[in-house]
Amino acid sequence: MINAVRSLGRRGIETLWRGGVMARFFWLVITSSTMSFRRFSLTIREIYFAGVMSLVIIMVSGLFVGMVLGLQGFETLQKYGAEETMGVLVALSLVRELGPVVSALLFASRAGSAITAEIGLMKATEQLKAMDMMAIDPIARVVAPRFWAGVISMPLLAALFSAMGIFGGYVVGVALIDIDPGVFWSNMQAAVDFRYDVLNGFVKSIVFGIAISIIATFEGFDAEPTAEGVSRATTRTVVTSALTVLLLDLVLTAFMLRGVH
Amino acid sequence: MERKNIDLMVGLFMLMGITALLVLALRVGNLGSERVTATYNVETHFDNIGGLKQKAPVKSAGVLVGRVTNIMFDNDKFQAVVTLTLDRRYKFPKDTSASILTSGLLGEVYIGLDAGGDDKELQNGDKITISQSAVVLERLIGQFMFGKAAEGTADKQPEKAESPTAKPAEKKAKP
Repeated sequence: MINAVRSLGRRGIETLWRGGVMARFFWLVITSSTMSFRRFSLTIREIYFAGVMSLVIIMVSGLFVGMVLGLQGFETLQKYGAEETMGVLVALSLVRELGPVVSALLFASRAGSAITAEIGLMKATEQLKAMDMMAIDPIARVVAPRFWAGVISMPLLAALFSAMGIFGGYVVGVALIDIDPGVFWSNMQAAVDFRYDVLNGFVKSIVFGIAISIIATFEGFDAEPTAEGVSRATTRTVVTSALTVLLLDLVLTAFMLRGVH
Repeated sequence: MERKNIDLMVGLFMLMGITALLVLALRVGNLGSERVTATYNVETHFDNIGGLKQKAPVKSAGVLVGRVTNIMFDNDKFQAVVTLTLDRRYKFPKDTSASILTSGLLGEVYIGLDAGGDDKELQNGDKITISQSAVVLERLIGQFMFGKAAEGTADKQPEKAESPTAKPAEKKAKP
């Protein structure tokens, strides 16, 4: 009994301690990120690995999610004779929620895990220490460009996801189900507000990008310098990122949604 | 991969992402529709606004001319005070009447403006004095039932004159 309480306490302290270290790490990355903008080619390289390489999975998943939303939405909307509003359903659910959240989950597992593994392996093979020896700050040279690449890529990927999803919904709605394309678009434009829907989704995706990037780089930097440690850090990145994204989504949605007081 | 190619791919990626954002803003969202900058505010009073909400459209002859920007409760008259923000391009006479309407049976609630014949035009901060409240479906049904019941008694007593029929309009003019 005492032992159970003790282990709970130790876990609590460890979690809190880890959070504090991560916050300090975050601050360190922000303050030492001048190099990733002055030598922007470093960041561009990382955008290539994090963003461009994730394009296919993001766009294909977006297309499929949009098509499924269209089919499922039609099924229910048809009962109420409101199948013309399918565009609204697809656009709002993608722009507000699914676009940022699903692309963040995909980004965490596609790019976040790769970043963690890369930095973890650099640590395991003592490349980071070697850099330190040569008076190169590994945080400025290795971590910050990856962090900023994630922050820049994430909103763009989320926007692409939403756009592809809406295209998928359009394909299902107009080509398959034969909804009038004019009605599809005009209903959508009447219902989707730039400020409250598009911009809020964009803000969400930026926040998710920051969260995933900092988690991925921190886990890599913090990994035990062994093969097992790197593999565990990679797993932790995906799990922690997914949980953080979903939790942040709840918090952000609660703040952003109108009419709920 | 060569540096140039990486730059090219990243450039393409960023272009695609920005295009997607623009598509979301312009094609999917309402940013593409023209923004009304020059506006003027008009106040109206209603006994009952039903399901009217902020940002509900204000239409005249079916054309969007403005939006509802504020809804308050007047604690002296026990009425709803609704502020309409209208486009400056559209001028309405002073005796314009405002009514709360619903598009379709379950559609959105909006305010319809019917122009009168006055020479003077509504200015910023003016009040629309003639208003028609929202039709509350339950009340309408209640009135109808009441009317039916009254009809039934009227049949039994033929000496009584015409039975009262259910009238949905709750028109009320205010000074």
